[in-house]
Amino acid sequence: MTHVVVDPITRIEGHLRIEAEVEGGKVTQAWSSSTMFRGVELILEGRDPRDAWAFTQRICGVCTTVHAIASIRAVEHAIGVTPPPNARLLRNLIIAAQNVHDHVIHFYHLQALDWVDIVSALSADPAKTAKLAQSLSDWPLSSTAYFSDVRNRVKAFVERGQLGIFANAYWGHPAYRLPPEANLMALAHYLEALDFQRRFIKIHAILGGKNPHLQSFLVGGMATPVDPDAQASLNLGTIAELRKLVAEGVDFVSRVYVPDVLAIASFYKDWFSIGSGVSNYLSYGDFPMDDSPHPVLYIPSGVIHAQDLTQIASVDQTKIAEYVTHSWYDYTVGNDAGLNPYHGETNPNFTGPKPPFKRLNVEEKYSWLKSPRYDGAPMQVGPLARMLVAYGLNRPTRAKTLIAAALKQLDAPPSALFSTLGRIAARAIEAQVLVESMGMWVEGLADQMARRDYRIQDTSHWHPSTWPKDCFGAGFHEAPRGALGHWVHIRDGKIAKYQCVVPSTWNAGPRDAHGQPGPYEASLEGTPVAKPDQPLEILRTVHSFDPCMACGVHVVDATKRELARVRVS
Amino acid sequence: MAQTRLMRELERQGISRREFLTFCASMAAVLGMPKSASATIARAIETEERPILVWLEFQDCAGNTESFLRAGHPTVADLILDTISLNYHETLMAAAGTQAEDALESTVAKHKGKYIALVEGSIPADADSGYCMVGGRSALDIAREVCGNAAATVAVGTCATFGGLPAARPNPTRALSVADAVPGVKNLIHLSACPANAENITALIVYYLTVKRWPPLDQYRRPLFAYGTLIHDACERRAHFDSGQFVEEWGDEAHRHGYCLYRMGCKGPATSQNCPIVQWNSHTNWPIGCGHPCLGCAEPNFWDVMTPFYERLPNVAGVSASRWLDPVGLTASGAVAAAAVIHGIGEVRRYRRGHHRPPEDKGHADENKHESDSNEESRK
Repeated sequence: MTHVVVDPITRIEGHLRIEAEVEGGKVTQAWSSSTMFRGVELILEGRDPRDAWAFTQRICGVCTTVHAIASIRAVEHAIGVTPPPNARLLRNLIIAAQNVHDHVIHFYHLQALDWVDIVSALSADPAKTAKLAQSLSDWPLSSTAYFSDVRNRVKAFVERGQLGIFANAYWGHPAYRLPPEANLMALAHYLEALDFQRRFIKIHAILGGKNPHLQSFLVGGMATPVDPDAQASLNLGTIAELRKLVAEGVDFVSRVYVPDVLAIASFYKDWFSIGSGVSNYLSYGDFPMDDSPHPVLYIPSGVIHAQDLTQIASVDQTKIAEYVTHSWYDYTVGNDAGLNPYHGETNPNFTGPKPPFKRLNVEEKYSWLKSPRYDGAPMQVGPLARMLVAYGLNRPTRAKTLIAAALKQLDAPPSALFSTLGRIAARAIEAQVLVESMGMWVEGLADQMARRDYRIQDTSHWHPSTWPKDCFGAGFHEAPRGALGHWVHIRDGKIAKYQCVVPSTWNAGPRDAHGQPGPYEASLEGTPVAKPDQPLEILRTVHSFDPCMACGVHVVDATKRELARVRVS
Repeated sequence: MAQTRLMRELERQGISRREFLTFCASMAAVLGMPKSASATIARAIETEERPILVWLEFQDCAGNTESFLRAGHPTVADLILDTISLNYHETLMAAAGTQAEDALESTVAKHKGKYIALVEGSIPADADSGYCMVGGRSALDIAREVCGNAAATVAVGTCATFGGLPAARPNPTRALSVADAVPGVKNLIHLSACPANAENITALIVYYLTVKRWPPLDQYRRPLFAYGTLIHDACERRAHFDSGQFVEEWGDEAHRHGYCLYRMGCKGPATSQNCPIVQWNSHTNWPIGCGHPCLGCAEPNFWDVMTPFYERLPNVAGVSASRWLDPVGLTASGAVAAAAVIHGIGEVRRYRRGHHRPPEDKGHADENKHESDSNEESRK
């Protein structure tokens, strides 16, 4: 038996450590540990709830919109305010752009190098590469000359001997199985995607001033004015610009990203039966399609138990509880209890080994993540959960059509989705569903302008004097990495308590009071490891979840600690 | 020959000489250098060996990394990425675990005193606290070693520069800036803002390649080219402020027509950065341009001193009302108001120039005030 430690897990957001036991070429047990803590929720106590979005937004700079969205929704729920239609459309556009952008970066820049061997790409025949690429899509850049240029550029880079971010990787590892031509194609698209992401995210700059950390969120609406007759507002010029950027996004996702994922998957079909792990899936749903209190959601919500797609239950937030049995926190009610976020507490208490250390004591507490459970069960969250819910529901959706087409192309049964490769494929399919939907919301904004409805914010509830003295709210959102919830308690216009339960907490959390492993840990069990000193396969399964550790870290302290008051005159 | 090599690369990437020189000229503009300097920049980029950089992430959100990825003028910015050798960057590097640690270790050993360290995120004061660990080592331990052996260190973003969000009250993890966590680190430069603007990161690197020293700095060790102007002074909405035309409500006519956001809480009058000039995401927009007030994110302790964000200056914790005229003066109209405004801004400028220390600042006051001799050790 070999004990494998991978720390840092790179090509993720944040700080993650994986420890695993490997026996007979396979992982038998694994432990996921988050190794950074900041305390954002504690910092929020006593502050103006209208500021909270900016603080929580900084939980993560990769998924830079998600905590802002969840935060304004939680505060709006608490004080009882509904944003006007323009704000809903602007938010849907911002959320969709974030998901698409994030998924593209994740596949090419964070995940691809687990499957694509760059050194092998150097020996590819550009003509054959062009032929392969042309067989997958009609992307105009797929020419012999183009791939020849890319190969020569990277060759020159390698020959100079300064490999930079590509140094010291697992190149030549036996688990790499793509032919040189597929490697070269993917490498070319790695570079192209770097350019694409820079251009596509201008959508966020138009609607939010800048990316990362957009700055147009407001409790009760959005700060981006809408008026076709004003230069300083979103007008018909910006509508035209948005149409163009969305079209470019549809083009890249449907002609490069999705075909690449399916082509690469076809060489690694055994990974459709590796990494299945936790068999329950949770989606809160997102993208409200109307302005009622319980709107239809474009991406549906639901709970799946034991991989049963025929029974999709509705979500009940009271069934969510978090455990700290193996997390570096103490509960005043005892460390084996589970607490709903409305009653949650987080008293940090690091009991791990003193750094520098070689191994964690996994029998005790071993992570800064808590262990969220739904009705006592661990849940996988993320694009796969969302796509499974959409696939399982008995109604026609674009997601359903695209999933069926992908499975047919790969000659795989629906059960193949419950896997490492399934998570990667679902992410790509979701990117296509969402990028295609963006046009609908751009046109929605144009219709609003035609109707002369320029409202962007519910101004009647802006001042705290209009709020209830004591109120609670929960805000839910589907972030790129999955189900995100914020819970807030507001008293006398100030934050009394704030809690976040985050996608990477659901997925990357440690074992709970009953010893049930979290999704990363469960998915790693059974993952093959050909060379324990080069655990490439562990990276594949962990990366398939798209870890975002800064998000996952619970950051609360509930009560009791005195805050320096922020002066309001 | 290095120069031929660059020419070859440019050609291979389909970048014309003209495009390259345009890029150099735009860099000169960001840096506030005369047009003629673009030739010097071009020469420096063409002839220098690729300098080695390592990028450390501690108590961070990767926002500065993401910002770096958005660097404008894309194809040529790619060239800049090819022009440096990024030997360690957890978010981007292919290697993981032991192999990643080896990459850092061997860079520090082989290129001691020669590489540039970039740091994103704050650092917990107590190495044993467990609040930030990479590869089983504490952030403090890593920062001491890597920054301590670097030719220069760049703190990228407000967390690394001033402690930022983790250090906001009550600072639960005793988070520190690089300057406070690793006192005495050589040639420390600060690029505050949340996140730092990609164009400023790129421009700083180009500057270093060009003249082989850091640019002139302000009292917070930030390059004057990026932090030498108040947002308020360069704001496209300044004329509305001077004329007393203010947004009063989100979405009102004044808001839709781009009037001044001062009354909605804008911190532009107390914040120095080149946002209005350089803007964001390839000059697409900036926060005030999209109708939201400035949060003051480049300033020390802005999470405490600039909040509540929607309170107008000076009714926030960090700006003393005594240094301001009664804001009621600003609600008056006509010449009286204009005079009051001018006086008020004069006050802000004096505040910004460091004649009045913000209450929370632990003081870099003795360092390098508006001077260019930044290659000396910054902190003794």
